[in-house]
Amino acid sequence: MAAASGARFPSAWMAGVRLRVDPRYAPTLATIALFVGMVVVGSLRFPNFLSAQVFLNLLIDHSFLLVVAVGMTFVIISGGIDLSVGAVVALAMILSAKLLRQGWNPALVVALVLTLGFLYGSAQGLLIQYFDIQPFIATLAGMIFARGLCYVTSLDSIPIRDSLYTAASQTRIGLFFVRTPDYHYYGTVLVPVRDAFVSPAVVIALLVVVIAFVVLHYSRFGRTVYAIGGNESSAVLMGLAVPRTKVLVYAISGLCSATGGILWNVYSLSGFPRAGIGMELDAIAAVVVGGALLTGGYGYVLGSVVGVLILGLVQTFIEFDGTLSSWWTKIFIGGLLLVFILVQRLLSRRTLRLPRSRRVRAAPSPPLVEQAAVEQAAVERPT
Amino acid sequence: MPPVVEMADVSVEFPGVKALDAVSFRLFPGEVHALLGENGAGKSTLIKALTGVYGTVTGTITVFGQERQFQTPAQAQAAGISTVYQEISLCPNLTVEENILLGREPRKRGHIDWPEVRRRARKQLVQLHLDQLDPGSVLATHSVAIQQLVAIARSMEIESRVLILDEPTSSLDADEVRHLFRVIRDLRERGQAILFVSHFLDQVYEISDRMTVLRNGKLVGEFLTGELPRMSLITKMIGKELVELEELDHSPARKVAAAGGPEPLLRTEGLGRDGSVSQVDLTIHAGQVVGLAGLLGSGRTETARLLFGADAADQGTIRLRGEVLRLRSPRAAIEHGIGYCSEDRKEEGLIADLSVRDNLLMAMQASRGWARRIPLREQERLTADLIEALDVRPANPDVPIRNLSGGNQQKVLVARWLVMSPSLVILDEPTRGIDIAAKAQIQKLVNRLAEGGMSIVFISSELEEVLRLSDRIAVFRDRRMIAEMGNEGTSQDDIMSVIAGVAS
Amino acid sequence: MTATLRRFMGHRLAWPLIAVIVLIAADEVARPAFLSIRMQDGHLYGNVVDILRNGAPIALIGLGMTLVIASRGIDLSVGAVVAIAGAISCSYIVSTHHQGTLSAALVGVAIAIAAGLVLGAWNGFLVSTLGIQPIIATLVLMVAGRGVAQLITSGQIITIHNSYYHAIGDGYVLTLPIPVLITMAAFVLAGILTRRTALGTLIEAIGINPVASRLTGIRAGTIVWIVYVVSGLCATVAGLMITSNVSAADANNAGLFIELDAILAVVLGGTSLRGGRYSLVGTIVGAFVLSTLTTTVYNFGIPANENLVFEAPVVIAVVLLQSERRRELLDLWRRRRIRSQVSEVPA
Repeated sequence: MAAASGARFPSAWMAGVRLRVDPRYAPTLATIALFVGMVVVGSLRFPNFLSAQVFLNLLIDHSFLLVVAVGMTFVIISGGIDLSVGAVVALAMILSAKLLRQGWNPALVVALVLTLGFLYGSAQGLLIQYFDIQPFIATLAGMIFARGLCYVTSLDSIPIRDSLYTAASQTRIGLFFVRTPDYHYYGTVLVPVRDAFVSPAVVIALLVVVIAFVVLHYSRFGRTVYAIGGNESSAVLMGLAVPRTKVLVYAISGLCSATGGILWNVYSLSGFPRAGIGMELDAIAAVVVGGALLTGGYGYVLGSVVGVLILGLVQTFIEFDGTLSSWWTKIFIGGLLLVFILVQRLLSRRTLRLPRSRRVRAAPSPPLVEQAAVEQAAVERPT
Repeated sequence: MPPVVEMADVSVEFPGVKALDAVSFRLFPGEVHALLGENGAGKSTLIKALTGVYGTVTGTITVFGQERQFQTPAQAQAAGISTVYQEISLCPNLTVEENILLGREPRKRGHIDWPEVRRRARKQLVQLHLDQLDPGSVLATHSVAIQQLVAIARSMEIESRVLILDEPTSSLDADEVRHLFRVIRDLRERGQAILFVSHFLDQVYEISDRMTVLRNGKLVGEFLTGELPRMSLITKMIGKELVELEELDHSPARKVAAAGGPEPLLRTEGLGRDGSVSQVDLTIHAGQVVGLAGLLGSGRTETARLLFGADAADQGTIRLRGEVLRLRSPRAAIEHGIGYCSEDRKEEGLIADLSVRDNLLMAMQASRGWARRIPLREQERLTADLIEALDVRPANPDVPIRNLSGGNQQKVLVARWLVMSPSLVILDEPTRGIDIAAKAQIQKLVNRLAEGGMSIVFISSELEEVLRLSDRIAVFRDRRMIAEMGNEGTSQDDIMSVIAGVAS
Repeated sequence: MTATLRRFMGHRLAWPLIAVIVLIAADEVARPAFLSIRMQDGHLYGNVVDILRNGAPIALIGLGMTLVIASRGIDLSVGAVVAIAGAISCSYIVSTHHQGTLSAALVGVAIAIAAGLVLGAWNGFLVSTLGIQPIIATLVLMVAGRGVAQLITSGQIITIHNSYYHAIGDGYVLTLPIPVLITMAAFVLAGILTRRTALGTLIEAIGINPVASRLTGIRAGTIVWIVYVVSGLCATVAGLMITSNVSAADANNAGLFIELDAILAVVLGGTSLRGGRYSLVGTIVGAFVLSTLTTTVYNFGIPANENLVFEAPVVIAVVLLQSERRRELLDLWRRRRIRSQVSEVPA
C-alpha cells in the first residue's frame, strides 16, 4: 500500500517554511499570529503600549465577554449558534440587581441566577433537539423572550450596593511579579499602581477557560461535541449520546451567559435592561476570529480567548490613537472578521479538501427511517 | 457451528411497496458471506432490518442464539454487530485514533487517557497492516480506502463479532482492494462473521465462502460460492429479463458509425487533471457510442467531468470539430452542444422539489439566461413531447420530480439534454439503481440516439452493458486510460484482462 | 374533517393565517370597534391601517430576505443598511442650504438608494465572487455598517424638516399610507420579475441543489449578486420609510434587530431557512402576523416594555405548528390511538 502516513501538511502561508501542523490548528495559529502582529504594530505606534497593565486591562474589561465567548464556542463547535447570549447576560444582571436590592443573600443570588441560566439554555436546547426547530430561530426567540423579561423586571438601571459585590468590584489581585509604572483609572480617579493587577473576574474567567479546555479535550462529552459538529449522523450511528449532548451544549452557553452577567454586575455595580445588546455578535466574531468554523467541528477555546483579546485590542488601538472616533471600532472589527474568513478559506481549501474522486460523502442524514422509506418507495414504485 | 445471525421470514413494508418479503438468511462465524442482488433487490433493507434502523420488523431475528430485534443502530453495535457503510460514518474532523475510540475512550482519574488511546489505536491499525498510518492525523486528510479501514478498526476495537461491509470496494483502486481483502481474510481467521455486500462479481467470487441472492425483495437462495457458476448467478439475480436485454442489436447504421467517419466529432489528447485522471486519448465520431470501462475509481467519472467542463483540465487538449476547447465551466460545454448526466442522480442531477417540467427544461432555461423565460406554450409542448417519447410515468409534468421512481427520474434527466439537441451526451451510470424495465428502455434509447447521429459516452460498471451498447471501448485503470478497443469480437473477459493488466 | 379543510390545514400558511385571525378576534373582543376604519381628510385611519403601515417596512425587507434565503443564503446586514440609508439621506438634507425643498429630498433619497445598491453589491461580491458563507459575509456588514452609519452622523441624532421626505413614511396617496403602497408595489414588481422571467425558478434551483444547478449550466454567480442587491435595495427603501416617519436619523437604534423580524416573517410565511422553494405571499402574511402581534399586545394595554415576552412564545408556537416534527408526532400519536382502539376490540 502506498505511504499511508496520509496527512498532507500545509505550508505556512507566510513564508515558504514547511511546518508540521495539524491542519485544524492552522486558523487558530493565524489568529495568534495576528494578535502578536497587532501588539508589535501597537508598540511601534504608541509609546506606552507595550506595558503589562494594558494587556491586563484587556482581560479585566472583557472578562465577561470572555466567559460568554467560551459558551458560544461550545455551541459553534457542535454546529449550532446561540443568539440569546446577550439577552441572557442582561437578564442575569437585572435579576441579580433586583434581588440584591430586595436584600437577598448574595451567594444565594449567584446560585439562583446561574441555575436559571443553565435551565434557560436547556430549554432552548430542548426546542432545538426535540422539536426540530433550527438553532437560529430557537435562540432568536430565546433572545426576544429574555430581553422582554429584562424589560418586565425593570425599565431602569438598578444599582448594586451589596457589600460582597462592592468589595469584589474593588479588589485588585496584584501580580507582584510584574512591576509597572502605570496609572489606572478607578472610576474617575487616577490611581498610581505599583504592581500590575487583575480583578477577581479575570481569575474566574480564566478558570472557566481552563475548565472548558479540559472538558473539550479530555472528556467524552467534549469529544462528542466535536463529533456532532463534524458529522451528526455519524455520531448517532457511532452510538454517542447525541441528543443529550446537544441540549447540554446550549445549557452550557446559558450558564456561561449567566456567569458573564454576574461578572458584569461586579464590574459595573449595576444591572440595566439594555445591557449586552449586540454582545452575541461580539461573541460570534471572537469565536470565528479564534479559528472556529461556523459549520461546526472545528474550534478551540484558546482561540476564542485570543479572539476576544483581538477585539479588545482594536478598541484599545482606537483609544490610544485618540483621533479616531469610537465608531471606527465597529468598522475595524467588521474588517477583521472579513480578513479572517478569507484566511480561513485559503487555508482550509488547501489542507482539508481532497480531490473530488476521493472525497468522502457524508452518511445519510436522519431520520434514517423516513429517508430509507422514501428511497425504497422511489426505487420500487411500480411504473 | 451455529449461525451467529439468523433471520427467518423477515418482511419490511413501506407504503405501497414490500421491500423485503419473508426473507430468511443465515450468517456463520469465520465465514465471508456475500449478499447479492440488483439495485433495489433489498440488500440494504435487509441490513437495516438487522441492525435496528427500522426498529421492530415482522419475522424472527436471532442473534448469538437469542431472539431479539434491535430498536436502534446503537443497540446493534452494542450487541456486537458493526456496519461499515458505503458512505463513511465517521467524523472527518477528528483524528484517526479518536474515531477508533470515540465514545469509549479509556479514562484515567476522570479524564481521557490520550496515551492509552494512542496505544489502542496503534494496536488496531497494526492488525490491519496500517503500521505507517499516523493515528494523530486528521481523518479527512486520508483517502476513502483508509477511512474505510479506520471504520473497520473501530469495529474491531468495539469487539464486534459480526462485520457488515456495504459496498466496500466501490471507491477503491486495485491495490486498496487487495489490502482490504487481506484484512478480511485475517478477520475471517479470527472467527469474525463477515457480510459482504457488493455488485462486483469477481470480488465476490474471490473472497466469499457463501452467498445469498435477493431479487425484488424475495430470497432467491443461499449458495456455497464454490458450487455456483457465474452464469447461474447472473441468471438468478436478474432472471429471465436477461433475454430482453440481449435483444439489443446493432443496426446497419450503427455499424457504419462504428467504423468511424472521416472527421471525429471530438478528440482528446493527453487530457488530464492533477490528482484526478490522466492520459485520456479519446476519439468520438458522430453517431458513435464510446463506452468507458474500468473499476470504480479508475477515472471514468473524472474523465466525464473534464469533457463537460465540470472540472478544469490542466493537461492535454480537447478538440471539438478540430477546434481547441478550453472548458472552464459546464456552461461552456453546454454551449458547445455537450450534455452530462452525473452518476449521482440525487446529489448532482435532480432538483428535487421542482417539477418534472422545471427539471426537464432547466438546462435549456439556463442557457437562455434568467431574463428570457421559455414561453409557456413552448414549455408545455417540449415537455409533453419528451415525456411521451421516453415513456415517463406518471405523465404529469407538474409533479415534483422526487416523487418519481429512479428509472423515470433518470429519463427526465436524460431528456434535459435531449431537449437541447446536443451533439454529445455523456451518461455516467444511467442504469444504476433503476428497475429492469426502465433499464432496458434507457439502453434502447441510447441505441436510437446513436442511430440518429448523436454521439454518446457511456459509463457503466456493468461490462455486459458497456459491450452491448458501445462501438468502441476505452479502458481505465488507476486513474489512467490504458487502452482503447473496438467492439467486434470483444468479450467481457478481454476487457477484464486489460483492466487486470494480463495479456489475453 | 372535510377534504377542503384538510388541504387548508396542510398548507404551510394555514397556521400563520389562523394566528392573525385569532389575534384580531381577540383584539375585537377586548376593545370593540377595533376593526373600524374611518375616512378622514381623504385618508384611511384605523387600527388595521396601522397594522398595515407598521408591517410595511418589515414586509419590504422580508421581500429581499425571502429571495436571499431561497438562494440558500441569509442577509444579516439589512439593519445596518437601514441605519445607513437614514444617515446618508438626512445628513445630505441637513447639509443643503434650504432643507425643505423637493430637490433636497429627491437627491437625498437618490444618494441613499445608490448607497444601498452598492452595499448590496458588496454582499453579492463577498458571497458570490469570494465564496464566503452568507451568514459571515453579511455579518461583516452588519457589524461594520452600523459603525459607518454612526460615523456619518457622528453618533448624533440628525433631525430634519422636509415635508416631502416626511411624506415617505407618513404621507397618504389615494387614501392609503405611502409605505403600504410602496411595499405593495414592490411585491407586485418582485412577483412579476421572478415569475414572468425564469429568475424565481433559477433562484429556487440554486437553493435546492447548488451542485446540480451548476451542472445544468446555471450561472449562479449573477443570480446570487442579484438577490443581494435586491435585498440591499429593499432595506434601503425600508430605511427611508422608517427614518422619514420620525424625520430623524438615529444611527444607533434605527433598524436594530429588524433583520430578525424580517427572517421571522419569512419563516412564518413558510419559506424554509434551508433554501429552495419560497413564497412572497407567505412573507407578507408573516410580516402581517408580527405586526398584528405587536398591535395586539399594545391594544391589550400591556406596557411596551413587556410586549417582547408575549411575542416570543407566539412565534415559537407558529413555527412549531408548521414544523415537520409536529406532523410526525401527530401521526405517531394518531397511530398509537388507533392501535389501542383496535386492541380493545374483543377478538
